[in-house]
Amino acid sequence: MSVLAVEGITLRLGGRRVLGPLSAAFAPGRVTAVLGPNGAGKSSLLACLAGLHTPDEGQVQLGGQPRSTFALRDLARQIGLLPQGGDVHWDVDVATLVALGRYPHRARWGETEADRQAVARAMEATDTARFASRTMTALSGGERARVLMARVLAGEPQWLLADEPLANLDPAHQLETLACLRDVARGGAGVIVVLHDLGHALRVADEILLLRDGEAIAQGVPDAVLTPERIAATYGVSAEIGTTPDGERYIVTSSLVR
Amino acid sequence: MSRSLSLNLGLGVALLAAMLLSLMAGKVWIPLDAWIAGDARWPIIAELRLPRTALAALVGAGLGLSGAAMQGYLRNPLADPGLFGVSSGAALGAVISLYFGYAAAPWLLPTFALAGAAITMALLALLVGQSGSIIVFTLAGVILSSVAGSMTALAISLAPTPFATAQIVTWLMGALTDRSWDDVRLALPLLALGCLLLAFTGRTLDALTLGEPAARSMGVDPRRLQLLIVIGVALCVGASVATAGIIGFVGLIVPHLVRPFVGNRPSAVLLPSALAGALLLVLADSLVRAIPTVSELRLGIAMSMLGGPFFLVLLLRMRRRFA
Repeated sequence: MSVLAVEGITLRLGGRRVLGPLSAAFAPGRVTAVLGPNGAGKSSLLACLAGLHTPDEGQVQLGGQPRSTFALRDLARQIGLLPQGGDVHWDVDVATLVALGRYPHRARWGETEADRQAVARAMEATDTARFASRTMTALSGGERARVLMARVLAGEPQWLLADEPLANLDPAHQLETLACLRDVARGGAGVIVVLHDLGHALRVADEILLLRDGEAIAQGVPDAVLTPERIAATYGVSAEIGTTPDGERYIVTSSLVR
Repeated sequence: MSRSLSLNLGLGVALLAAMLLSLMAGKVWIPLDAWIAGDARWPIIAELRLPRTALAALVGAGLGLSGAAMQGYLRNPLADPGLFGVSSGAALGAVISLYFGYAAAPWLLPTFALAGAAITMALLALLVGQSGSIIVFTLAGVILSSVAGSMTALAISLAPTPFATAQIVTWLMGALTDRSWDDVRLALPLLALGCLLLAFTGRTLDALTLGEPAARSMGVDPRRLQLLIVIGVALCVGASVATAGIIGFVGLIVPHLVRPFVGNRPSAVLLPSALAGALLLVLADSLVRAIPTVSELRLGIAMSMLGGPFFLVLLLRMRRRFA
């Protein structure tokens, strides 16, 4: 399968450079965590990959071809975006909302068998089928996040871009969401996820891209990228990395070092 | 799906029944059996009530569908097709023709109104430019509608004769009195095209439920959508104002009436809104004809009188929900 990459991109918003110059490649079947302090350009990178912003310089490439050579619909089928916040403007029921994820695939009229199956799979993967007929305002924050995840998965993207999917979730739901991302990557799709929690990134990611001021500080396997020295240099906090008795890695950030 | 289908069928049947009723109702009641017998009152039906009923249904459908599309596009249940200035622009065009006393030829006023709608639409497209932004769109619409509104007020205050003033004020209230087949012939193609364009937006409006970033990531082209909405609503509203004057609230109310039955999904609201808009206007127009007032109650006024209390109920319901 193809590789999603950014080649020397620079993005300016309102005259200010928010990203770049940046080159990075993302591999399918892997979870890549994009880390960095606030304002490092993590969301801007995702926005460029998803086509919400066009870089001022450089290009986004899919399988070696510039993004602009693909049709909008083809890109939408291949790259799914789970935006930050997750607005839902009309109070529709869960099944309807998840089915919206089929938008890039759907025929002009009606629903195909493939649509129905994809929606069913997505709802099963996120355990949302139980409340398929409830409306969005009747859901808790955790349920809502799962439904929005199901919406992206229903599109069966080969690339899943998730912008801070753990925001406002309790610890158990955070772990559930991360497990879901892992499953998606195990299914062969490339997952690119913006995270703030370094410990989660250490545990879930196959690869980490660390950004600061719009530029890549490091990219590689978690243990190589997340060292106490680099965390101090990037985030300005002292960090201790350890292992729990049952073998889970963790990172504790304690004091400001700036 | 079946819920939508049964509502649409029900509305369709109700609309046909209402149109039949509308043919019988009026200053003189003409029962069904009088139609067949070659009654002397037949011309009243064929030349007055039939075109008027057809026009009521057309205008109601156009306004209802425009309202549903606007609410879906702006993701705001209080949006109204009048919001982006096309109806004010069309009204201004009509008022200018009345101001100069051009109303002598019956086709001049609608032509001016359509020109007003087209100019407003072009200005709107210019103001919005290539942004596809909903905020710019709304602001541009508000600016255009207030400019057109103030110019209409200017025309009223400077009108050459009291007669022209009265004519303008009366026209602005909107009515279907004495409409002929000519009006139907003018409105039908424009409304049909406008409705067709808006019908194509359904899926995309659904995708917009997830917000603009998610919709764009799913392949929605916001500029194309905006173009469809602008042209579709302009055709529907422009043709409506040109033939019936300003009839408010239909586009605002109707989508709310159908949502409890079909849910909030924007595309599911479109067709029922067109049917319910037609039904509402046909019924309201039958009512204003049947009410024994000295001069016929203006349809626009009747709708506003319905719209005010409706807004109140809407507000009370929203207040309870957010309490």
